[in-house]
Order: sequence, then C-alpha cells, then structure tokens
Amino acid sequence: MTMMLALIPLLPLFAALFAGFFGRRVPRHWSHWVCCAAVGISFILSAVVLYKVVVLGFTEINVTLYTWLDLGSTKLTIGFLVDPLSALMMVVVTLVSFLVHVYTIGYMKDDPGYARFFSYIAFFTFSMLMLVMSDNFLQMFFGWEGVGLASYLLIGFWHTRPSATKAGMKAFLMNRVGDFGFIVGIGLLFATLGTLNFGEIFARVDELQGLNVSLWPGLEWSLLTVACIGLFVGAMGKSAQVPLHTWLPDSMEGPTPISALIHAATMVTAGIFMVARMSPVFEGSDTALSLMIIVGATTAISMAVLGLVQNDIKRVVAYSTLSQLGYMTVALGASAYSAAIFHLMTHAFFKALLFLAAGSVIIALHHEQDLRKMGGLRKLMPITYVTSLIGAWALVGLPPFSGFFSKEPIIEAARFATVTGHTYAYWALTLGVFLTACYTFRMIFLAFHGAPRYGASSHGSHKASHKEHHEAPKESPKVVTIPLIVLAVCSVFAGILFITPMLFGDYFGTSIYGNYVAHDAMARLYANWQGVLHYLLHAFQTLPFWLALAGIATAWYFTLSAPTAADRLVKTLGAAYGVLKHHFYIDAFYERVIVRGTHSAASWFVRGGERFWSEGVLVQGTTRLVQWGAQSLRYLQTGYLYHYAFAMVLGLLVLMTWWGIKK
Amino acid sequence: MPGLEPTLTHYLLLAAALLVISLVGIIANRRNVLVLLMAVELVLLSANLNFVAFSAYYNDLSGQVMAMFVLATVAVESAVGLALLILLFRRRGNIAIQTLDVMKG
Repeated sequence: MTMMLALIPLLPLFAALFAGFFGRRVPRHWSHWVCCAAVGISFILSAVVLYKVVVLGFTEINVTLYTWLDLGSTKLTIGFLVDPLSALMMVVVTLVSFLVHVYTIGYMKDDPGYARFFSYIAFFTFSMLMLVMSDNFLQMFFGWEGVGLASYLLIGFWHTRPSATKAGMKAFLMNRVGDFGFIVGIGLLFATLGTLNFGEIFARVDELQGLNVSLWPGLEWSLLTVACIGLFVGAMGKSAQVPLHTWLPDSMEGPTPISALIHAATMVTAGIFMVARMSPVFEGSDTALSLMIIVGATTAISMAVLGLVQNDIKRVVAYSTLSQLGYMTVALGASAYSAAIFHLMTHAFFKALLFLAAGSVIIALHHEQDLRKMGGLRKLMPITYVTSLIGAWALVGLPPFSGFFSKEPIIEAARFATVTGHTYAYWALTLGVFLTACYTFRMIFLAFHGAPRYGASSHGSHKASHKEHHEAPKESPKVVTIPLIVLAVCSVFAGILFITPMLFGDYFGTSIYGNYVAHDAMARLYANWQGVLHYLLHAFQTLPFWLALAGIATAWYFTLSAPTAADRLVKTLGAAYGVLKHHFYIDAFYERVIVRGTHSAASWFVRGGERFWSEGVLVQGTTRLVQWGAQSLRYLQTGYLYHYAFAMVLGLLVLMTWWGIKK
Repeated sequence: MPGLEPTLTHYLLLAAALLVISLVGIIANRRNVLVLLMAVELVLLSANLNFVAFSAYYNDLSGQVMAMFVLATVAVESAVGLALLILLFRRRGNIAIQTLDVMKG
C-alpha cells in the first residue's frame, strides 16, 4: 500500500525528469508516451486508492515514509494522509491531468518546446499530488510552491513573448504575497503546538481556544483568527481571490492545456482544498469564516461582471473560473466544506472542458483568440460545439448538469450560514448566476453561432498565411476531441451521481470537520433534502434557475438578435464600461501605487542607503580614512638618517624625563 | 694645584658635553658619513669616560675593564662602518647623507 501511494506522485516525477533531461535527445513521441503512461498509471492507482477508501472502508491511511529532519522533540516527516478528501482530489487531479496530457499531443504538435512542455506538466502533476496527499504542512508547502513554480514556468512557456514572461512573473509575485500569509499561519500553529502534522494539529486544536497573539503592542487578537486569516491569505493567492486575483486573467498567456489543467481545474483549487483540509482549525474562528464568505462573494460577483466585457475567448473562461472560485470560497465561509469540494470537483470537469474546447477552437482558427473574429463554427466543429455547450450548461448550473448540483447547495448554504456577511453572499451569488449565464452564452453564441467573421482578419495581407485562412476551420483531431468527450461525460454525470454521498451521505467521514451546532448550514441543507429527483424538480421553482434562463436570453438578445444593441448599451454606459474594461482599475492601482511605490522606495534606499551609507560611508569611507591616514603618516618617513636619530634622542629624553618625574 | 683638582662632577660634565657634541654631530650633520661615524665614536667615548670616572670614584676596577671592552667594540664598529662607507662611495660616488633617502615614504 505504501509503495503504491509513493508511486502515485513519483511516476509523474520520473516522467518529468525523463522528458526534461532526455526529451531533446530522443524522438519527440517518446516524451508524450512516457508522460502520458506515467500519469495514466497514477490515475489508475489513484482510482484503486479511492476504491479502497470508499468501498473497502480504509477511511484513513496515514503513512510516514521517512523522517526528513529530526529536531529532538520535533520531527519533520514526509508522509501521506489519504482519506476520502485527498483520495477524491487525487482522482480528480490525475484524471484531468491525464486528459490534458493526451490533449497536449494534439495542441502542441508543432511546438519546438514539446518535450519541455511535457516535462513541466508532469512535474506539475507530481507537485499537485504531493500537495493533496501530504500529511503535514511542510510537505504541503513544498507541493504548494512546486505547483507555483510549474505555473510560472508554463505561463511563461512561450518565453520569447514579453507579455508571457511578464504574466509568469506577475503570477509568481502575486502568489508570494499570499504565501507570506500562508507562512504566517503555519508558523503560528507550529510555534504554539510544536508540530506540523495535520493529525496532531487537529487533535490539539482545542488548546488554541482562548489564546491571544499580540499584533502590535496593545492590539491583541485571537491566535486562531490570526492563524486562519494567514492561511486564508495563502488560499487567496493560490485560488486568486480578490484582491490577489489579477494574476489569473494574465496567466492566459500560457498555452491552453495549461489554462485548463493549472488555472482552472487543479492548482487554483489548491487554496480551496487547503481550507477544507484545515476545516477543524477554521471552525474555531468566526472572524475568518466571515472574511472568507465576504471575500468569496465579492470575487464571485465582481469577476462575473468583468467576464461580460472580455473579447478574448480564454479570458472569458478565466474570469468565469475566478467567479466560480469565489463560489467555492463562499461555501468554505459558510462551513459547507463538502459543498466547496463537490463544486471543486464538478468545476474541474466542466471548466477543463470549456478551456480545452476553447483551445480546440483556437487551433482550428490558427491561434485566433478574439471572439469578434469567430462565429458560425457550430456546423464545422460539431464535437467541439456540443461538448462546449454541455460545459456551458454545467457552468451556468442548469439541471441536470453537474454544475446545478454543486452550485445550488452553495447558494443555499450561503443563505443558511450564520456568520456575518452571509446575506450579502447569498444575493451576490444569486445575481452571479445571471451574470454567469450571460457571459458564458455570450461566448458560446459569439464563437459558434451567427455568421462567420474569421475570414476577414487582418492576416490577409501576409502571403504565407493568406492561403491558410481561406481554408474553412475543421474539427480537431481525435487526441483533442476524445478528452473533450470524456470531460463532457463527467460534466453531465458527476453531479447527479455523487451529490447524495458527497453532500448528504457520510462520504467524507471524519476528513472534513464542521461544527454543525454553531455553523449549521449543512445541517439545514440536509433537513431540506429529499433525494435527487425532488431536488431536480424543485429547481424549477428556484430563483437561480430562472435567473440563469434570463441570462441566456439576455446573451442571445445582445449577440444574435440585436448585435447593435450591445454597442448602444456600451455608449450609454460609457464611464461604467470603461471601469469594467480596466478591470476596476485594480491592475492600474497595483501598477501605480505598489509597483511604482516599491520602485521609488527602492531607488530611495539605493540612493540613501546603498549609495550613500553602504558604499559612500562604509566601503569607500574606510578606504578614504586609511588613505588619508597613510598619506599623513608617510610624511614622517623622510628616509633621512638624521631625522630618525633626532626622533630617537627626543624619545630618549622624553622617557628619561618621565622616569625622573615618576621617581 | 689644590682646589683645581678635577672632581667627579667635572668628568661627568665633560662626558655630557661630549655626548651633546656627538649628538649634534649626528643630527645636524647633513653632508658627510665619515663625520657621522666619528660622532658615533664620540658617543661611545663619552660613555667610556663615564665608566672610567665612576671606576676611579668608587675605587672599583670593573668600570675600567668595561671601558676596555667598549674600546674593542668601538674598534670593530668603526672597521665595519668604514667598510660600509667605502662600499657606499663605490656605489654612489659620494658620501653625502642628504642623498641617502631611498627609505622615504
């Protein structure tokens, strides 16, 4: 068993090393065979683990592989904690990763960095598995940084494009801000409890109750609250919550398979997973829960609004990812951890599907990402069209697709939650459904319906590409469409099949802890639960369902029925539209205030501290002092014998006089 | 001539005078290494005069023995000094002290 668990992350690691070190020396197809096989076997092994956990009832497998560092009373170990929560994550991660690996064969076919790309995504899979399987904070942090590194490398994969390198840098730096909070959280728990092991922390979390920590003299906060907020800031960075979200839209500079795997399905949900994993700790702090519900709701609504005005097909999906991550965060804040993880799973499927479908459209149109230059692809790309439609339905949350089953409980949980801000969250999420439907179907309608607009692109003047653009776009090859179909099947059935055990059964067992007395949202959801069928029928009486339909109708009106209405609306709402186009000026704020502020502070320190004090006074000052001293002293060395003799005699006289006086 | 018998004080004063003359010869002499050597001899001789004077005063012969030792040393020293002088002259063509400034800092 231990061997098998160890193989799950190690196989992708070996594949990554192989593709990375030998990929350029062996034929191209070796890289994809090795990586796909490794991740595929990882997926099968993960499925076996899930089977053991769920069916054979190994509710918790906690193994320590070895002790990395022994500090007397404290041991830092490498180990795995496999319970229903991590087993589910392992299956989701390896499945999506495997499909993306297969898809990549088609998508990156002509790219010169083929082996490098496979090396990076296999490394990403390794890090992500280390993160979800870890049984202690140190290893989790290792995986956390590993996925961050993979994300950085892959966003900047096309490193000859300055915008890609910048986006990679931005993602990396933005995550540093979050990681600072994460380290503060880990450090506080470690300093108080003296252990990084999850099991030990959970067992002793009661000791933390009532402890205070002094932020600065005179300001004392509950230690649990500070630790939880620290951990949540880490999750905000990784899961791109407002205001640390700005890196995610820019990360779309990376190749599309990466956007699907890392920036939609798995890595960005690491924050959600971490908070769910830490649920016993978070339950101790209402303040942190309240912060989560407010931040999540703000992210959900504000990013959905921004999704409406994007013209890049990948950015639409990126903003929808941000918005859906906001939904998950709200669920965490409402103590509905299982709902968050459930939505995480369904979202992984339908969002990966939407991204891969977008990628399929992008290759068909020869790397054209602008929605305004698409249209009418429905007939030409039937598989892509049908699968994206399924993804869109699931995203919008129409019954009986998976998104419905996972999103609806979150909205309900926000209503039933008890922490401050839950009413705001409830209305934000409900309105969010309308906006989600609007931007999703705006994308679908613009890309697949209406008249084709891709022929008349500005590329016409280039003679080489002239010919290409006159060929009609055609359906993508099988390596691209088969992952789409698999993900579409998952997007349809994942919700209806798994809602009963995951939300209302005891699937998670003890792996997720909720204080169901104080935060009874899940209990109240359960009280209203009358089975899947009833839930489906009940949907037609709920507000979100009708809002979703209204959203689709709105999108249809503005894109297909009366395209000019959108332009008129933009003119009427000129100023507001400008705010949206500039992403609420958050990027501009960071650029002007934080980046330039840091720059000027740094140059001030360079001038004042470095140039003047360190270089001027300390380094050059020392040399000058020595030089000046030596310069003055050398006048004593005249080289004339009689001067030395005179000094000797004088010295002798002085000495003798002194002796005389002393006596 | 009674009353004009030289006392210890006179000898010491003479020796001190010799020492001062020789020191002035060392310090103020800028031109001639030969004079310098002579001045150095004079320092030792003034010391010798003190030895002898004290020896007579205390009626103790060991001071005069010491003076003989010093004389021998002086002879050796002046032999070495003159040898150096000749080498110096061969090398530089003069023996002026103020040109000997290669140790100038």
